[in-house]
Amino acid sequence: MSTAPKTAAPAAGRAATKKELPEHFKAYKHVWVFIEQERGQVHPVSWELMGAGRKLADKLKVDLAAVVIGPEGETTQSAAAESFCYGADLVYMVADNLLADYRNESYTKALTDVVNTYKPEILLLGATTLGRDLAGSVATTLLTGLTADCTELDVDADGSLAATRPTFGGSLLCTIYTLNYRPQMATVRPRVMPMPERTVRPVGRIVSHPLGLDEDDIVTKVLSFLPDRDSAKSNLAYADVVVAGGLGLGSPENFQLVRQLATVLGAEYGCSRPLVQKGWVTSDRQIGQTGKTIRPKLYIAAGISGAIQHRVGVEGADLIVAINTDKNAPIFDFAHMGIVTDAIRLLPALTAAFRARLSPHSRDRIAS
Amino acid sequence: MHIVVCIKQVPDSAQIRVHPVTNTIMRQGVPTIINPYDLFALEAALELRDQFGGEVTVLTMGPPSAEDSLRKALTFGADRAVLLTDRFFAGADTLATTYALATAIRKISTEFGAPDLVFTGKQTIDGDTAQVGPGIAKRLGLLQLTYVAKISALDLTARTIDAERRSEGGVQLLRTKLPCLVTMLEATNQIRRGAMADALRAARAPIVKWSAQEAGVEDISKCGLRGSPTIVKRVFAPAARSEKATLIEVGEQPAEALIDAIFKRQPALETELAALARGF
Repeated sequence: MSTAPKTAAPAAGRAATKKELPEHFKAYKHVWVFIEQERGQVHPVSWELMGAGRKLADKLKVDLAAVVIGPEGETTQSAAAESFCYGADLVYMVADNLLADYRNESYTKALTDVVNTYKPEILLLGATTLGRDLAGSVATTLLTGLTADCTELDVDADGSLAATRPTFGGSLLCTIYTLNYRPQMATVRPRVMPMPERTVRPVGRIVSHPLGLDEDDIVTKVLSFLPDRDSAKSNLAYADVVVAGGLGLGSPENFQLVRQLATVLGAEYGCSRPLVQKGWVTSDRQIGQTGKTIRPKLYIAAGISGAIQHRVGVEGADLIVAINTDKNAPIFDFAHMGIVTDAIRLLPALTAAFRARLSPHSRDRIAS
Repeated sequence: MHIVVCIKQVPDSAQIRVHPVTNTIMRQGVPTIINPYDLFALEAALELRDQFGGEVTVLTMGPPSAEDSLRKALTFGADRAVLLTDRFFAGADTLATTYALATAIRKISTEFGAPDLVFTGKQTIDGDTAQVGPGIAKRLGLLQLTYVAKISALDLTARTIDAERRSEGGVQLLRTKLPCLVTMLEATNQIRRGAMADALRAARAPIVKWSAQEAGVEDISKCGLRGSPTIVKRVFAPAARSEKATLIEVGEQPAEALIDAIFKRQPALETELAALARGF
């Protein structure tokens, strides 16, 4: 996203002082990405982070390592092998059957042990339910800084990680440093970073590390796992086309106009945060910093003003089309295309026009 | 049973305004509320207390005005409120916040009895980090259950708790031991209206107020700004995209004009949309 500040405001709160990095932290080198897998599936956010991590490592001229934690056997081995295809120079692996299910105790032990042994300067995790559960425990155990839900990662001239995230409820952005502690930890939500190209590469160096736990050492037991029914899953984050509505729709009834357009387009539908807060739409449909981040080919925002918290969730879209009555709405600052009109009136017309345009019959007519 | 619920007073972010010139938050006149996610934690705690007996203590760290949120929590039926307030706590990041809150919970433990459960919301609406709950658990050596949708069983004799935890792609049913920290998922319950008796009591109830020293903080350098490993270097508003949005004229047929403009800009979309619309 564009980060050029309009005007740089003074940092709120904390003083921006840099002390010399304590001696015992100077051995901390290289960029690590935690590869999240649950029940045999690597979460795509891990590969997205490998793409971001590769750039940081190249800039710092250090290695990029993937940390693969999971049960012994095929799935963990193949996650390690895949890591090389997404740019890893080496893999740290903790493979133990006690790690078959995610549990905070065992995963925290595995990750903190590997960090303390091999000392990375930067550690990135996905801001998923698993990643956030784990990151908070690991950062507190290591007594280091953690910047959550970053929207941009960079390294500055002196090699420090500059992690940018929305602040003040998503109304401004801030850049956060962890200057005097290591590792510098950050989490990033799914879809914030682009998916890097997968390149077939041979398996490289894998460093195995023992878990060092018995089942009796782990208090928490997994009694069962109930997978979500497919029908209950929304594919919002990974959809190619998304239509969303905001407060400009005026009433909960008008939100059906958004759903109707989405149906005609074969798209997923979403909404801005106020609609969830008002109870018009369920929270799994929220788009923005506190909801889902999307990167569709086409995003149509109807009656959404475009607060920063929404902006950071949609900026990865190829084409952003805004419909809003207010020509000064911030959404026109980052939309590619816009129309200043009432979404309530335009949406039904747009639905009808798309239906006519996209139906096989109209294509036949054009063809004949 | 003793349950501690950590809450945070936050600005009602729906009403936050940013000064257009200085890019600073205009705090004046912005009402404060209890972080909405914390209300699910509070209600879950109150329901357990009603079922199993015992007490609910609400704890917050904040400026003296955070007392308002504690009183609000008392009107919902909490039994005791503790306010951790001291200028040394100002500017705390998540690590420094967990140090202060964990210290206060130890003090609560000594003064009012060891908690069986500590509750927090999933995250706050101003920080949005979801890291404070896990941080408190780690500092206190508590087991943790995050993103809990439902507490399905609590056995005070066996000292176990069963909970449904939201995870990627499904729900984990977990059993762990007390004492335990739970972060409660949103929309899992509805905060009660609060009884008239509680409202009357809340208005007069004493609030326990502790400074850093009174809470038992031994190392002031672990608090607030000094105790925060992260440093905010820059606060800014993102710039507008350098290329201005193409505005479509609202003419006779705005919908058609908009669709033409979309397909003109991204010609491949027309075929892809036609395929998507047919359900391929």
